Amino acid sequence: MKKYRSMVLISSGESSKSKGSDAVVDAFHQAIEKYDLGAEVCVTTIPDSSSVKNQPLVIVYPEAVAYGPVLEENVDFLVSEHLYKGRVAEALRVSDPFEMKRISWLLQRTGTMPAENRIVLEYVGVIDPTSINDFLTHDGGQAFAAAVEMKPQKIIDIIKKSGLRGRGGAGFPTGVKWQAVRDAPGDKKYIICNADESEPGTFKDRVILEGNPFSMIEAMLIAGYACGADEGYIYIRGEYLDALEKISNALRAAREFGGLGKNILNTGFNFDIHVHSGAGAYICGEETALLESIEGKRGEPRPKPPYPTTRGLWGKPTLINNVETLGNIPPIIHNGADWFRAQGTPSSPGTKVYTILGNVNKTGLMEVPMGITLREVIGIYGKGMKSGTFKFAQTGGSSGSIIPAILQDTPMDFDSYRNVGVALGSGALLICDDSNCIVDCVRVLMRFFKVESCGKCVPCRIGTEQALDIMTAISEGRGTMEHLAQLEWLSHGMEEFSNCGLGQTAGSPIKNMLDHFRAEVEAHIKLGVCPAGVCSMGK
Amino acid sequence: MENTANQQKISYDHPDAIGEIRNIILDTGRSKDALIAVLKKVADRFGYISNIAVQEISRQTSISAAEIFSVATFYRMLPTTQRGRHVIEFCESLPCHVVGGRELYRALVDQLGVQAGETSADGRFTLLTTSCLGVCEVGPVLSIDNNIHGNLSAESLAEILAKYG
Repeated sequence: MKKYRSMVLISSGESSKSKGSDAVVDAFHQAIEKYDLGAEVCVTTIPDSSSVKNQPLVIVYPEAVAYGPVLEENVDFLVSEHLYKGRVAEALRVSDPFEMKRISWLLQRTGTMPAENRIVLEYVGVIDPTSINDFLTHDGGQAFAAAVEMKPQKIIDIIKKSGLRGRGGAGFPTGVKWQAVRDAPGDKKYIICNADESEPGTFKDRVILEGNPFSMIEAMLIAGYACGADEGYIYIRGEYLDALEKISNALRAAREFGGLGKNILNTGFNFDIHVHSGAGAYICGEETALLESIEGKRGEPRPKPPYPTTRGLWGKPTLINNVETLGNIPPIIHNGADWFRAQGTPSSPGTKVYTILGNVNKTGLMEVPMGITLREVIGIYGKGMKSGTFKFAQTGGSSGSIIPAILQDTPMDFDSYRNVGVALGSGALLICDDSNCIVDCVRVLMRFFKVESCGKCVPCRIGTEQALDIMTAISEGRGTMEHLAQLEWLSHGMEEFSNCGLGQTAGSPIKNMLDHFRAEVEAHIKLGVCPAGVCSMGK
Repeated sequence: MENTANQQKISYDHPDAIGEIRNIILDTGRSKDALIAVLKKVADRFGYISNIAVQEISRQTSISAAEIFSVATFYRMLPTTQRGRHVIEFCESLPCHVVGGRELYRALVDQLGVQAGETSADGRFTLLTTSCLGVCEVGPVLSIDNNIHGNLSAESLAEILAKYG
């Protein structure tokens, strides 16, 4: 994958087009060719996001400078000044203070380019996932070879220093988890790769497993060596038949090669990996439910503490990491902690793999630095809204949050999202336009939680059921204002008293709905209408 | 993508049924951590996990029938009741819902004449709703006998159903 020095975004929605943005785009391509910058600069079009006066708007990253209106005849000067000589072309900058407020999100974005930066996905789609030789010729195994030369503590120190945080949704510091397993007393320890990706809208782990299964084995070997474990499991969801086949083949090939088993590649290190295929239960992605499931039981989460790092699989210290988290390990060992920290934001270094879905022109998978914004994701990667205007996004499947349009300029990293009361989740970005009704969507989310609640603890089992009943009532025109108070109470109760992460977050869609879309909900109740025209309202 | 679930299923009335269950256990293991894998294979081979199967697994593994039943009923892919010749699993999660899943479900119910959880009178289809199938980029999605069909509309639905006799 190409890595660019600068990125140029040109607004080219309907309104910009009428002011000649197509010619501006062409002029940029010509000028970049003229100054021979093709290998360093990438040009992308985005939807309109400024006032008409300043269109066509041109934004140049990484400096995050906005120019506008940019005419065809300005382009050569702009390219030669900013991109060739490296000086901001002050004369063309957007100067109007009102406009600056409108695009103030740019000012927070200095430094991080919204360009794709493939670390975990680097070899996905590049190498043949069935061939260990292809993996080895693309730097595969180098990180493990480097790791076994180090003291285990050194590896953990590198991971800690890199600032890598768990990519399954919770964002727990990976190095701290590794340290806890290493320090836990006991001779027998386990490494588990959590590939039970079941969050609605998330399929990044499937693509990683299908595209580069050997990298998972390498990452687990490094984790095993660092934490002092000699056995590992890959828990893969039952629906992922193709990924299961790829990973089973990869394990067989690795074993034949001598990369698994006793005395791996004459290093004296022993490690073997088993595959456990799930049987269709969302809750098994919760780490303690996953352990129960491997042990052959109902996948009901255990109370925590004790945490799996001290009492995990069959009571032994166990490290459980998400597929994407593990996918970051070989590149970090290979390139060092400082290289990793140079991407993303200070509190959430590195990249994040997102799936972009819903009412956008282009759906799919992307890997971008932590800290880019939803507006950029929709504009650059979703190629704009397919229909209507952006109303809200749903992140990280159902235990993510509902992000209203007003928060679309918040940098997407763990801490910035937490500060505004939403969650980054596991990497799904379901983009919804204004033809969707919030009541209908939250009803569907609550139905999901009701179906997938394991039933072990009361707050979640009863809470999800009651919340669904109320949401159904509101969508059928039977809602009352007392219902809203009940929903608040249920959401709070589930968050406070549920045993596991599923129950604790099951109420968050309700909370987000009441925080940001209360007027729309009350319209259902007080006026008896669904403003988006989706709910049946009992007719 | 064809898979094992599509191989010819055998009936519990078949004289070799018990032998078949024993073979599955022999191949997979008697320990408790093999239980889910055993149940999955039995469900794939027979279409569902019957009382006969639960009793036989219990005899072979010394795990109580109650416990086996409790595990089987926990997981979506371990059915304990008989289903139609083809099992349709319709994704009812939000990513499919907002890109036309709502309309597709209405069309599906209309064309099959059954509600979720029911089997058509001729025993041809069982309709189930399921949570996310993990192929959201091509929603709305449904799976028939574990074969995924994506980017569906009410119009393309009939064509796909016709492939499953």
